[in-house]
Amino acid sequence: MTVIAVLEAGLLTTVQDLGRFGWQQHGVPVSGAMDDWALRAANRLVGNDENAAALEITLAGPVLRFDGPGVIAVTGADLGARLNGRPMPPWQSAAVSARAELTFSGARDGIRAYLGVAGGIDVPLVLGSRSTLTRSRLGGFMGRALAAGDRVAVGECADPSWSVRRRLPRELIPAYGHVHTLRVVMGPQDDLFAGEGIRCFLSETYTLASQSDRVGCRLTGPRIGHRRGADIVSDGTAFGSVQVSGDGMPIVLMADRGTTGGYTKIATVASADLSRVAQAAPGDRVRFVQVGVDQAQALLRTARAQLDRIVREEAWKAPSAGIFEEDSGAPLAAPAYAELADALTVPLGPAAPRANTLCAAMPGLVVSVAVGAGDVVAAGQPLVVLEAMKMQNPVRAPRGGRVARVLVAAGAQVDGGAPLIEFEDADARRT
Amino acid sequence: MLQAPRLLPAGDSAMAVEFGDGIDVRINARVRLLQQALRAGAHAGIVEMVPTYRSLMVHYDPMVLAREALADVIMTTAGRLPEQVREAARTVEIPVKYGGEAGPDLADVAAAAGVDEQAVAELHAGGEYVVFMLGFMPGFPYLGGLPPGLAMPRLASPRAVVPAGSVGIAGAQTGIYPTESPGGWRIIGRTPVCLFDPLRSPPALLEAGDHVRFVPVGQTDYDAIAREVQAGTYRPASRTGSGGR
Repeated sequence: MTVIAVLEAGLLTTVQDLGRFGWQQHGVPVSGAMDDWALRAANRLVGNDENAAALEITLAGPVLRFDGPGVIAVTGADLGARLNGRPMPPWQSAAVSARAELTFSGARDGIRAYLGVAGGIDVPLVLGSRSTLTRSRLGGFMGRALAAGDRVAVGECADPSWSVRRRLPRELIPAYGHVHTLRVVMGPQDDLFAGEGIRCFLSETYTLASQSDRVGCRLTGPRIGHRRGADIVSDGTAFGSVQVSGDGMPIVLMADRGTTGGYTKIATVASADLSRVAQAAPGDRVRFVQVGVDQAQALLRTARAQLDRIVREEAWKAPSAGIFEEDSGAPLAAPAYAELADALTVPLGPAAPRANTLCAAMPGLVVSVAVGAGDVVAAGQPLVVLEAMKMQNPVRAPRGGRVARVLVAAGAQVDGGAPLIEFEDADARRT
Repeated sequence: MLQAPRLLPAGDSAMAVEFGDGIDVRINARVRLLQQALRAGAHAGIVEMVPTYRSLMVHYDPMVLAREALADVIMTTAGRLPEQVREAARTVEIPVKYGGEAGPDLADVAAAAGVDEQAVAELHAGGEYVVFMLGFMPGFPYLGGLPPGLAMPRLASPRAVVPAGSVGIAGAQTGIYPTESPGGWRIIGRTPVCLFDPLRSPPALLEAGDHVRFVPVGQTDYDAIAREVQAGTYRPASRTGSGGR
């Protein structure tokens, strides 16, 4: 199990899963990721269940150091994620080594990013969820946002899939921007608004106020008029309820909303558009467009189906971060190293020259061999040290498994593509 | 004849089943009856249900359960509800120290009611209350049944800090703050009992439909109970009887 060390906290970084369901009748807010689509994507990218806990990172990101190797993905807002100082491509998985550092250079699009980690963030389940409700000091990491000095455990991961890169097709990567058209289902209390109030709500442009938080996104703009006042006998709320209190200004109720409320709710934002609300920054413009329930549900099905288009690239070459830093201790990250790393790690899988065989992709001298036939190795474990370009570099197991045969010996000069280690069948990999 | 419920869309993943628009014991009972009946039906796709004064919010997963199917189930189930609750209601006793530092608004409530503080405490403790719903914060019970003479509007300006266990009045309702919070209810006393503990199962001491009685205690008893609560050995007195309505 690895640990994420928090070197700097950032503005607001919390542990969130999809939410705490089943306890609203006891007054416990659902919480969970503000942008659930981005969380689901982050988890799928690292091979987790969609509901695994991740870090929700708000605007100014933290500085995080991974104490052991792992597989991560950053989704949601583009907050300028950098892995060991180099830009980290969003919406795709990346292998990280021990001591890898993840930093954020600043918000460029959207305000909430999600860091998914293979194995999930491992904090105790509270009422069935790992989500943080800071207001009630409930769940997450000690019920609060992360702070410098915290050490956050990562769960065990059966198969970290070092050799598998997953990514969201480029055309599905959201561009959030600063103008948001939100589709809404009218009700449950739209009948308590004057006709002019409804017209105003559906035609005017509103501006996101800076007081917005995980409880609700407050909007300012033309006043939405009620028929007889804004108070109702308290009833239930939904994620995306658009509440209009006495001042006539709409508030979109979000993840940490109270379970019940005593103000009229004119409409509810379609679930598929809640990501937009979650990513809206203060000052952004918002318009509301009416849709029916059926249409909103169709939008949600489409959005969920898009997650199925996350593709696996079996023949992925692990990034340099997984190769050098851990063993040499050298600070990483000259771009040239990346190419070298790619050359040194050859994947298993369909694209490999021979199934279940680890090969050298460039010529080199075998300095040492660390395993023998029959050995069971873990993903990421160094198997062979290959000297190339005047550097000794470990060739790592791209996945866990049992070594069938060792095909080279120390002192051998090998060509690019030469087979080094043969594994037993993938079926037996977890024996 | 009770009103048939209205189904109101609350977006694409929730539906409010509204039995009326007032605070009424009979309406509230129907809400809970519907929740119990739907729970007994164990319908796949219902994520959770939240009973409130006069409506039941049904959260569902539209990927699993079609809206029309859910609407049919709800209306069919609602049509078969008995006219009266026959559930055995549980009565939970909540010890309260009235007035003093624990109840800073007791004097104001007494003045408004035209009686002395002792009489307010007796009136409040003499009532039989029903938990209409939980909301606002984890474990916060909204109790109906406040003697009419004690009804009082909220503070014009809410307090920044209301201590955990504070017993308050807002309009015709009374309630208990499970944890420290800002709040505008008129605080007349405090209980040492823990109303919400996420590590307890169930986490909330009270749930909708429970009956509540307040038992006045002095400082000595309050302190003794507080020590038991701290030690995890305190069990509030509760008894189960026929629910009447």
